[in-house]
Amino acid sequence: MSLNKNNKAQKTAIILLGIGAALIAATAPAEAREVNLYSERQPFLMKPLLDAFSKATGIKVRMVYLKKGMVERLRAEGANTPADLILTADIGNLHNLAKAGLLQKSSSLVLEANVPAKFHHPDGIWYGLTVRARVIFAHKDRVRPGEVMSYADLAKPHMKGRVCVRSGKHMYNISLLASIIAAEGEAAATQWAKGVKANLARRPQGNDRAQIKAVYHGECDVVLANTYYMGKMATNEKSPVQKKWAASANLIFPNQAGRGAHVNISGAGITKHSKNKAGAIKLIEFLSGNSAQKIYAEGNFEYPVKKGVALHPMVASWGSFKADQAYLSLIAEQRALAAKIMDRVRFNN
Amino acid sequence: MPSDTAAAQFAPSAGKVSWGWVNPWTIGTAVIAGLAILPVAAIVRIATAPGDGIWSHLASTVLPTYIFNTLVLMLGVGAGTILIGVASAWLVSTCRFPMQPMFEWAMLLPLAMPAYVIAYVYTDIFEFAGPVQDMLRSWFGWTSKRDYWFPEIRSLGGAISMMTLVLYPYVYLLSRAAFMEQSVGVLEASRVLGRGPWRSFFSVAFPMARPAVVIGVSLVMMETLNDFGTVDFFGVATFTLGIYDVWLNMNNVTGAAQLALTLLIFVIVLVLAERFARAKKRYYVSSAKYQPLPRYQLHGLRMWLSVMVCAAPVLLGFVLPVAVLGVYAWAHLDQFTSPDMLRFAGNSILLSTLAAGLAVAIGTFMAYGLRLRSEKLLKVIVRIASLGYAVPGSVLAVGVLVTLGALDNSIDGAMRRTFGISTGLLLSGTIVAVTYGYLVRFLALSFGSVEASLTKITPNMDGAAKSLGHGPLSTLRRIHIPMIKGGLLTAVILVFVDAMKELPLTVILRPFDFHTMATIVHEFASDEQIGEAAPAALAIVAFGILPVILLSMAIRRSRPGHKQG
Repeated sequence: MSLNKNNKAQKTAIILLGIGAALIAATAPAEAREVNLYSERQPFLMKPLLDAFSKATGIKVRMVYLKKGMVERLRAEGANTPADLILTADIGNLHNLAKAGLLQKSSSLVLEANVPAKFHHPDGIWYGLTVRARVIFAHKDRVRPGEVMSYADLAKPHMKGRVCVRSGKHMYNISLLASIIAAEGEAAATQWAKGVKANLARRPQGNDRAQIKAVYHGECDVVLANTYYMGKMATNEKSPVQKKWAASANLIFPNQAGRGAHVNISGAGITKHSKNKAGAIKLIEFLSGNSAQKIYAEGNFEYPVKKGVALHPMVASWGSFKADQAYLSLIAEQRALAAKIMDRVRFNN
Repeated sequence: MPSDTAAAQFAPSAGKVSWGWVNPWTIGTAVIAGLAILPVAAIVRIATAPGDGIWSHLASTVLPTYIFNTLVLMLGVGAGTILIGVASAWLVSTCRFPMQPMFEWAMLLPLAMPAYVIAYVYTDIFEFAGPVQDMLRSWFGWTSKRDYWFPEIRSLGGAISMMTLVLYPYVYLLSRAAFMEQSVGVLEASRVLGRGPWRSFFSVAFPMARPAVVIGVSLVMMETLNDFGTVDFFGVATFTLGIYDVWLNMNNVTGAAQLALTLLIFVIVLVLAERFARAKKRYYVSSAKYQPLPRYQLHGLRMWLSVMVCAAPVLLGFVLPVAVLGVYAWAHLDQFTSPDMLRFAGNSILLSTLAAGLAVAIGTFMAYGLRLRSEKLLKVIVRIASLGYAVPGSVLAVGVLVTLGALDNSIDGAMRRTFGISTGLLLSGTIVAVTYGYLVRFLALSFGSVEASLTKITPNMDGAAKSLGHGPLSTLRRIHIPMIKGGLLTAVILVFVDAMKELPLTVILRPFDFHTMATIVHEFASDEQIGEAAPAALAIVAFGILPVILLSMAIRRSRPGHKQG
């Protein structure tokens, strides 16, 4: 009887080991000509770009989409990480990855030419790929021309009960507040956050589109949102009601008489322990090149980082604007403080 | 067999079953528990690393709000799920009313619905811009927000409602299993002694089911503490939201780990408090008299009330949201037939099956190991091992990353030094890593449900089996497993469905180009494309309810004494 039991146990063990080995084999990294990507940008967005890259170069791209935990995953995997390249949707993560020593320098003439200096790290530790502005959307009738021209206007008394915004802790709002800290200092930024909070029509909630929807439905008059959502809503054939939301609001580039609208970038950087640095550089070069920049501009309504690439006609129709010239890393440096200010003024409560 | 020898050497102590320390069950239990503790230990290590202090800032600003919101959320969801879960389980198990057989499984349907998805759906319906308020405005001629009052859906109350609607099935499932495992003898005795149905429920059935209800509610509360999607979308500042804020916005993983551990300690205190309150009360099924439960036939008002009590949660937690998702998905029908979608669904099913099978096997092993030898130390270790459920998913994922990264890199280092070959990362970034994460997270589910069932079996059974010469394995196989089949199936459902919905561990630990239904929903929802996310959300629900229904029927058949065929 005990022999029998042993046999069974052995069989089970062998089967389990077999399954384990098969699973490991099935997912083991292949060492072929490929670039491995940890991306904070969505696969549906990147797929056309990466397919075009593979077609042009014969280099295969594999990716993991992860928003949280990229720093921790790279750190835990250490020198053996399979990742060659990271893509982020915001300067904050580029900055954090760079500060954690998880990225390496790189340089190439193509990148120098494609990416303007203010949109890449001076040592080439990260490169911006697209630009988006955080702007004001104001109801076409209920807000008079000239009534709202700047971020500062959102905090003024005449906006009382008319402003909507998503959570103060969302990275887009943290970045905006960080840019105000960088330009005007902590005290002024705190005053601004307090002022906006006092003007809110409702507790911060929902996402960017939900704010513009609230303008359409008369819940608020002015809101903050990123530029590309306007494009996505105005052309949404699958959910046509969003076109009405978009049509109800004017897009206002803030601070045009001052330091300019706050812009953020999506960007890329090569991991410190990349096994295929050459391939990774090629991919960044491709993503910052004409054809990829055009896909970004047309598919996602973002501003191309490369000069001379045509904008989506809708994006072009919003007109050109002056962007805040502050170096993005200096803004990213203020994010922790911005989050604390949001706590101090109890922005979300 | 070592266990048999051990059994021969140690005489059973009165009332307790003991086989001595050195046996495969105890050692195995300790080893498995140890593996499950490693990621939590990694978080402790991160928390004790030097970093910027976060507490003085939080204490002087938002900490009181975090604590208040979190407590109210937990109490609200806890009360709501007990009310709906226990009431419906009792009605369905002991009464006869229209559609009662259907409700047996239908009550479980909301389990398949992720909380954040239902939150999106209800926001669209009930917000200022939604159809309900729109209709009210046109009826009453209101024009602006200031003209009337309407409850704000994106609020603490809204979050309590959403989570109650999708989480009550935990309580329902465990209470129902408990009610069904109860011997009809005690209930009959209670009736014969003159207690009516209500008093029988409160003085006999409910106290006997209490351990199961408590496990159900503690699972609900841990799920509540874990939630990020709903509270983030509703803008309700909870402790968990604070953890992510400190981690990601303040770039302070040390502070975040400290907050996560504080939450964990809070959960431990809560669990201990309940155990203390329950003290030494143990309810065993002492009679072997099982027969189909005689049902109370309900009539008139009582009958319709019962139908309502059961129908409302199913309609609100499942039928309505599925209908709305169906409307959204209508514009994206092509997604259902894409080969990618089928592959991703396959991944979801593979992972959920692996997780459910392994978690229940391991949970049973541990619960039984503890029953054989309820050593204090072992008990403590096992309790800590089932705490992964109370750590926010993304934080737990970091613990798993650190654990597997350290293991992989030290194996690689050793292989390089001795053989000059690099093994690279063997486990990190593989399905094994994801499965490990799932097991650490879901062990509480499987262990909890199995233990709840096991505690109801009198130790006399073990003693009898032993005196008849059966070792622990044979006793487990021939006595316990047949008796706790309902609990085991419950555990399988819970883990399977939870794994279908699981997001943070999958996202952070997964291999390249690996997607599940849940990660697809997340991918589109993170770009505010709810329509595009709807087909995958519906698929989660569809793949989640099938096993729920099948297993629910199996549970009914598994009731001790149930005649098959």
